[in-house]
Amino acid sequence: MPELTLDGLRVTARPGTTVLAALQNAGLSPLRRSLSGEPRGALCGMGTCSECRAVVDGVTVRTCLTPVRNGQDVRRLLEVNRDF
Amino acid sequence: MSALHAIVIGGGMVGAACADTLARGGARVTVLEPGPVGGGATAASMGHLVVMDDSPAQLALTARSLELWEALAPALPPQADYHTCGTLWVASDDEELAAVEPKRQAYLAAGRRATLLTAAELSRTEPQLRPGLAGALRVPGDSVVYAPVVARFLLERAGATLRREAAMALTDGGVRLAGGVVLRADVVVVANGIGAAELLPELPLRQRKGHLLITERGAPAVNHQLVELGYLKSAHGGDGDSVAFNVQPRPTGQLLIGSSRQFERPDRDIDWPLLRRMLRRAADFLPALARTSALRVWTGQRCATPDHLPLIGPHPHLDGVFLATGHEGLGITTALGTAEALGAQLFGEPSALLAHDFTPARFGRVPEAIHA
Repeated sequence: MPELTLDGLRVTARPGTTVLAALQNAGLSPLRRSLSGEPRGALCGMGTCSECRAVVDGVTVRTCLTPVRNGQDVRRLLEVNRDF
Repeated sequence: MSALHAIVIGGGMVGAACADTLARGGARVTVLEPGPVGGGATAASMGHLVVMDDSPAQLALTARSLELWEALAPALPPQADYHTCGTLWVASDDEELAAVEPKRQAYLAAGRRATLLTAAELSRTEPQLRPGLAGALRVPGDSVVYAPVVARFLLERAGATLRREAAMALTDGGVRLAGGVVLRADVVVVANGIGAAELLPELPLRQRKGHLLITERGAPAVNHQLVELGYLKSAHGGDGDSVAFNVQPRPTGQLLIGSSRQFERPDRDIDWPLLRRMLRRAADFLPALARTSALRVWTGQRCATPDHLPLIGPHPHLDGVFLATGHEGLGITTALGTAEALGAQLFGEPSALLAHDFTPARFGRVPEAIHA
């Protein structure tokens, strides 16, 4: 069973499931915040809405399209940085 | 006395700026735009407000336009994202760096600030750029803007009547709409970018397709609009497909990445091999881009003329018809200068821009077409 880290929390997930499923099973919601600070999470679950984005191993991905793998480091995008 | 009635064909950035100037001159303005306001080339653009010195006329038009943008900026809504981040013209090698000083002098002569950055200063200013670059020209007064919002703002300020209809043909003293209705006007301004080529096929206009990509938030931090000095070579280097390094920081922490040029590609499709070339070029300068995700890719059609200067002024043969098109990649930057030059021609007001010939007549006698 793949072991991964979700915002520092170590979890195991069933092979073949998605990072989104792992996050939801761990009760980690919302996944990110909009520029105005609103909570956002998976809407379509099939790669179209881009609302389930999170950073996996340093790269922003759509978690609903990203399969779990052993050793993944997953971070939610909860901080809002607007430059100006 | 009834006010001058003007029809502006095209509700993009150039059409909106012309409508605003016409309204301030006392005209009653109708704008014809079948799509969303600012939804064409305006929405496809980077919104870079940039001084360019390809020719004396281009330098005058872009420099004056930047002054007009600076004057407009305080009135713009926050959603216009107007931001003076400046431009860095990045030199890859000593040969490119040697071209910086004449360019700097030209900018200074046009009243713009411009400073030379050494290789060490460049890497301190933009640490995400790859090591080994030769230096840069910093033009601190250049800005960026989200142009569709500005187009909407200017049309509202003008109090223009927006008709969501396409102009099918120019008639004597007016415009025929898609439904067959003819709208009469004292002045018709053709400002619909490459759409002008369909209305007036005798004009020397060619469409030039471009690709843009926007990244996710959290892209490598960049402080200026970055353009390679080789840009001019690739932008005007000929008819072949070309790409150049050009990235823009957005206020959201995203990066807008360009740029590409292709003639005779009237479709909206993504050319994936060309996009790959464009992104490889960008990652060549900003290595961290290779680990950045894209959010969206799109294309747009620039409207190019043989001398890379817009057509601003009376149509050589059609009374009451004025042109404001052919801006190629500088439509957002020069929209305000274009409107000023047009207003000066129409209302007899002074403008230093009239010292340069932007009129369509500069191409000599264009073949006369028959206009129903």
